[in-house]
Amino acid sequence: MDEALLRSLIPSVLTVLVRRGADFAAAEDAVQDALVEALRAGAAGSSPSLLDGAGEASSAPTGNPGGADPLRDPKGWLITVAWRKFLDATRADAARRRREDRVEEEPAPGSVPDVDDTLQLYFLCAHPSLTPASAVALTLRAVGGLTTRQIAQAYLVPEATMAQRISRAKRTVSGVRLDRPGDVATVLRVLYLVFNEGYSGDIDLSAEAIRLTRQLAVRIDHPEVAGLLALMLLHHARRAARTAPDGSLVPLAAQDRGRWDTALIAEGVGILQAALAQDRLGEFQAQAAIAALHADAPTAEETDWVQIVEWYDELALLTDNPVVRLNRAVAVGEADGPRAGLAALAALDPSLPRHAAVAAYLHERDGDLTTAARLYAEAAHRAPNLAERDHLTRQAARLNARREP
Amino acid sequence: MAKYLLLKHYRGAPAPVNDVPMDQWSPEEISAHMQYMHDFAARLEKTGEFVDGQALAPEGAWVRYDGEGRPPVTDGPFAETKDLIAGWMIIDVDDYERAVELAGELSAAPGAGGKPIHEWLEVRPFLAAPTTITE
Repeated sequence: MDEALLRSLIPSVLTVLVRRGADFAAAEDAVQDALVEALRAGAAGSSPSLLDGAGEASSAPTGNPGGADPLRDPKGWLITVAWRKFLDATRADAARRRREDRVEEEPAPGSVPDVDDTLQLYFLCAHPSLTPASAVALTLRAVGGLTTRQIAQAYLVPEATMAQRISRAKRTVSGVRLDRPGDVATVLRVLYLVFNEGYSGDIDLSAEAIRLTRQLAVRIDHPEVAGLLALMLLHHARRAARTAPDGSLVPLAAQDRGRWDTALIAEGVGILQAALAQDRLGEFQAQAAIAALHADAPTAEETDWVQIVEWYDELALLTDNPVVRLNRAVAVGEADGPRAGLAALAALDPSLPRHAAVAAYLHERDGDLTTAARLYAEAAHRAPNLAERDHLTRQAARLNARREP
Repeated sequence: MAKYLLLKHYRGAPAPVNDVPMDQWSPEEISAHMQYMHDFAARLEKTGEFVDGQALAPEGAWVRYDGEGRPPVTDGPFAETKDLIAGWMIIDVDDYERAVELAGELSAAPGAGGKPIHEWLEVRPFLAAPTTITE
């Protein structure tokens, strides 16, 4: 039984425990313990070594292990072991004797109904009472099954810090009941946050976000879930081409389109089309439509900018986000020329992030290299990340070098 | 989820409200100050917002490459610098507002007379790794 399979089972196992009456934090601990046992059993010998784990379970004070076969029914096995871990922990805790009485009355874990209610776990982990940072950490832990160490490494914070963040999050939602669906939009926001964290170290958070969104899309028929999945796939498809080997940024127009992942693009476009057909447009579908138009162009010159402007108009109606209007100005500049783009830009607040970078680009295309160079330098100064700052600094330097006699 | 550096200065920051040099505090006042800083860091560990923090000695030197095959030049202790970092803390918070809120709390550490120093702290965002979406 490989780790990826085990990890994919975590959310549903967790949900079963919670439904049987375990509180969220205790259930989560029990599932992690069970996972460790499964991995240890798997590492201890060759298949079917996991049977040893089940054997241990049967000798444990819980009695009936449920008879699950770890090879034929890994989920049933995990539930059995996790439930035993939970009962052990509950028993060990004298203060929880009353809860113990309650769980003893529950029927012994038998066969597991094949009902997938992992969905509720997504909503719980994205509960509005959590801060975005906590919601992200809890989602990666409970739904994604990542270890605290893996999450801490991905976010470049100490493990102890992440452990506290997760246990606080668990405490925050410990009183929340898993019986009614939450807000899809919140779940999608959390998943998109994970996606945008990119990757560092062992864990590729973009891939993890896609994996979780795929799972969500299987469980819920919602055009915005499909829209977000399509958007992630379309962005992810271009990832290899977005940076040069030295780590510097390659702008869209200069990217080697041969390095785009056409299978991912095709999948993203297919998902998007099915979502749009439901005629319930939302932000993520509109963003995915724009990404699809970029991905669809054989060359940068053949990009359908007129349609992209139309999608930005839709997006502007759906959100009040000034960044959308900024991106729209770029598209207008491509569709109707740099002067039109600058006119669209003039209506926007110059303090917006990337405003100077957009202005620089439009001025350069309009032939005003002096203004463009100054604005590129200004944009570099305000860039939010290193790759972007370096890119903009090079742009300024390129124009300045050209103007030298 | 953004990291910020909180910088405490020996020198170079605007004058604090409770502007009494530390060597003129009572030992109890110094202990109270240290305890406050310690508790602050411990609290941020619990909220999952703490990344790292260290105090720095005031002594330091300028160092410069002096050409192939030669030892680096040192310019002795910082004699002329107007800016001296006393310590730093890295926090990982949801947004800029939270970073400012925490810096404000740290600035309330007690000084002379047990009253908050109201010292100025510098808050600097980390340049992040590139996000996925830049097109």
